[in-house]
Amino acid sequence: MSHTPSLELVIPRLKASTIVSILKKGMRSSGRGLMEYRPIEIVPGYVRNADGSALVRLGNTVVVAGVKLEVGSPYPDAPNEGALVVNAEFVPTALSTFEPGPPDENAIELARVIDRSLRELKAIDMSKLVIVPGRRVWVVYIDIYALDHDGNLVDASSIATLAALMNTSLPKVEVDESGNVRVDRGTRASPLPLRNRVITVTIAKAENVMFVDPDLEEESVAETRLVVAVSEDGRIAGLQKSGAGGFTEAEVLTALDIALKAGEELIKKLVISNLGGLKAGSATPTGSSAP
Amino acid sequence: MERPRLIREDGLRHDGRKYDELRPVRITVGALNKASGSALVEYGGTKVLAAVYGPREIPQKHLLLPDRAIIRCRYHMLSFSTHERKSPALTRREVELSKVIREALEPVVMSETFPRTAIDIFIEVINADGGTRTAAVTAASLALADAGVPMRDLVVGVAVGKIDGVLLLDVDELEDMFGEADMPVAVAPSLGLITLLQLNGVLTREEFDAALKLALKGAAQIYEKSREALRDKYMKVRVEE
Repeated sequence: MSHTPSLELVIPRLKASTIVSILKKGMRSSGRGLMEYRPIEIVPGYVRNADGSALVRLGNTVVVAGVKLEVGSPYPDAPNEGALVVNAEFVPTALSTFEPGPPDENAIELARVIDRSLRELKAIDMSKLVIVPGRRVWVVYIDIYALDHDGNLVDASSIATLAALMNTSLPKVEVDESGNVRVDRGTRASPLPLRNRVITVTIAKAENVMFVDPDLEEESVAETRLVVAVSEDGRIAGLQKSGAGGFTEAEVLTALDIALKAGEELIKKLVISNLGGLKAGSATPTGSSAP
Repeated sequence: MERPRLIREDGLRHDGRKYDELRPVRITVGALNKASGSALVEYGGTKVLAAVYGPREIPQKHLLLPDRAIIRCRYHMLSFSTHERKSPALTRREVELSKVIREALEPVVMSETFPRTAIDIFIEVINADGGTRTAAVTAASLALADAGVPMRDLVVGVAVGKIDGVLLLDVDELEDMFGEADMPVAVAPSLGLITLLQLNGVLTREEFDAALKLALKGAAQIYEKSREALRDKYMKVRVEE
């Protein structure tokens, strides 16, 4: 059962009102602009044993996403397509109020928002993930772990997911006469076929002021958020209003203007930073530092 | 399943509706006896029952808030409500929908009037034919009103879909299954507040603007029907006295 949460972060009322009053002046207590993201650092190929991975630092928020490819059966209604499974977990390292256990509603919502954006845009070319037509296909497991929570886990996860997919490569497979599949993870056959890139942009609203990339304190004063999935070609690939509260029609339209612009910039940034990342065939991760 | 023809040659939809036409909406306020408030809402073949219990004390004291009531919400589909049997256990989809429905209702409930209590909303989808979450929001909001919970406005839901490049109001399951996009929206019309907004699919900016307009137009009609249904119930009560 979903219930009104008690605050994830308790901050003094004075501090909360200061954050809001600065927002109302069109500025932020951190010195950032309303439409400015925190510094983004992407470490592609952070996890050597994954088929694709990325660690993302968005300010002090840290998320790691990994891709594992497994041979499985296709869905009966799509016999000649690969399958996609997205999962997210907020592990207890990330915040004092996160508890061990199965994913809660926030993690489930996050995973489903990212899953839908990839699926609806057909970001991965599923028709190229068939090993034995109608029988064996690649199943793309994307797992997202929030390691350190300082707000905006959705966008950090979305950046990490896209970066991980961009450095994912398919292992070499051999199929014998009886249709048995042997996977050689030591040899990489080709990069994961990506057709479209997609990123989420989260817009928070506090007392009618809208801003991007809320940190944890800003999330605690914001009434609500709108997550917009933006495709590389500037379309809207998903929406999710999250958190109590609401938007007027005019606010929704303004939020979309903000999101489409920010999304385009984010994807550009990501493409550039991933160029130096892990390529198919290589096995050396570029990052080995602590998260 | 073969893809049926969803837009007929005469320009109407497979069930004869116009692009901006709702399915028949039927509302019964106070459908249950034991609940503090309840409503049964039907959008065409979609049938959703909502019950509200509370504000009330609950054993889980650690969940309660000192300055307002908490709202608890469960969206649940009966196992036989869908074409394929659904496992009675809560799915990830139901967990997510319970959350977005609760968050669609939070802005209108004056929860500050009942600190340290819980208002429980139980939603059972009896038959699913597209638009179950939006019918659920409408039903839950009427059940809250029927329970006498102080509210700033009612919330009503409706979905807009894109099928063969055309935007359609209140998509049913067939249209949703073969459509390119599905956008559920919930609105508190008097507050002018959109409290639920999701998009499953891809829309251009122009399509989104038109889809939102269409959704708000449909919501206004459901809002009128909801108010009528509430009035009807309490008119009857007065006659019985």
